[in-house]
Amino acid sequence: MSNTVKDEVTREEAALLPPVNVVEDSSGITLTADLPGVAKDQLTLQVEADTLTIEGAVKLNLPEGMEPSHVEIDTPRYRRVFTLSKELDAEKVSAEFSQGVLKLRIPKAEHAQPRKVTINVT
Amino acid sequence: MYRSLFSRDIFGELDRLQREFQQVFDSSPSIRGTGRSGYPALNIGGTPESVEIYAFAPGLDPDQIEVNLERGVLSISGERASDVPPQDQKVSVHIRERFSGRFRRVVSLPDDIDPGSVNANYRDGVLHVSIKRRQAAQPRRINVQ
Repeated sequence: MSNTVKDEVTREEAALLPPVNVVEDSSGITLTADLPGVAKDQLTLQVEADTLTIEGAVKLNLPEGMEPSHVEIDTPRYRRVFTLSKELDAEKVSAEFSQGVLKLRIPKAEHAQPRKVTINVT
Repeated sequence: MYRSLFSRDIFGELDRLQREFQQVFDSSPSIRGTGRSGYPALNIGGTPESVEIYAFAPGLDPDQIEVNLERGVLSISGERASDVPPQDQKVSVHIRERFSGRFRRVVSLPDDIDPGSVNANYRDGVLHVSIKRRQAAQPRRINVQ
């Protein structure tokens, strides 16, 4: 039993950390991530409480009997976890995925967006 | 006794150890080296019929990737535009890890490849170049009469 658990843990650990850019503007956050070799149906995005998880499995078209001679991408899996802050609206996350690049837009909740406040001086 | 322990240059010794280590893991490194870092990351493999190169180059326009094969050397080059807007009062860049700018990677190919039989395609951000080996170079079973 404990063996199975251990296997699962190592499996979870053995993933590449995809490089990302995170840019924030007044209405939200844009996250872009490089996940080359991941097809659309192999990408998993999950928001649970305040945790965003990006996961992808690499599927390459390898000819039968190929022997690797030089390997830089040695794990066929990507995984990266981010903690979202309260002012972000996790319900309204939108995502695009094209040619191995994931683009996520996480808007700020309405009440968290900056407002111009006019102060009347009497 | 002191002299005998430290008679050799310790840094030279460490350097030698590191080289020996490298030799163990990479028995015959290419003269152009094989940098571990760099964009795009490369995986290379071979079958008896072909040499297969996978370049992990996400977010490119396939028309803008230059693949050249010249005298047994394959080069992959191009440019990746930055998606990070200039930082101003309204925009803040929190994390910036993705590569942008011009790139070029070079691979020395084995002698038995057929430069006339190269196939390249780009899918899911991976450029796959497949180069056939020459027929004559492939192992053949010879019947003994």
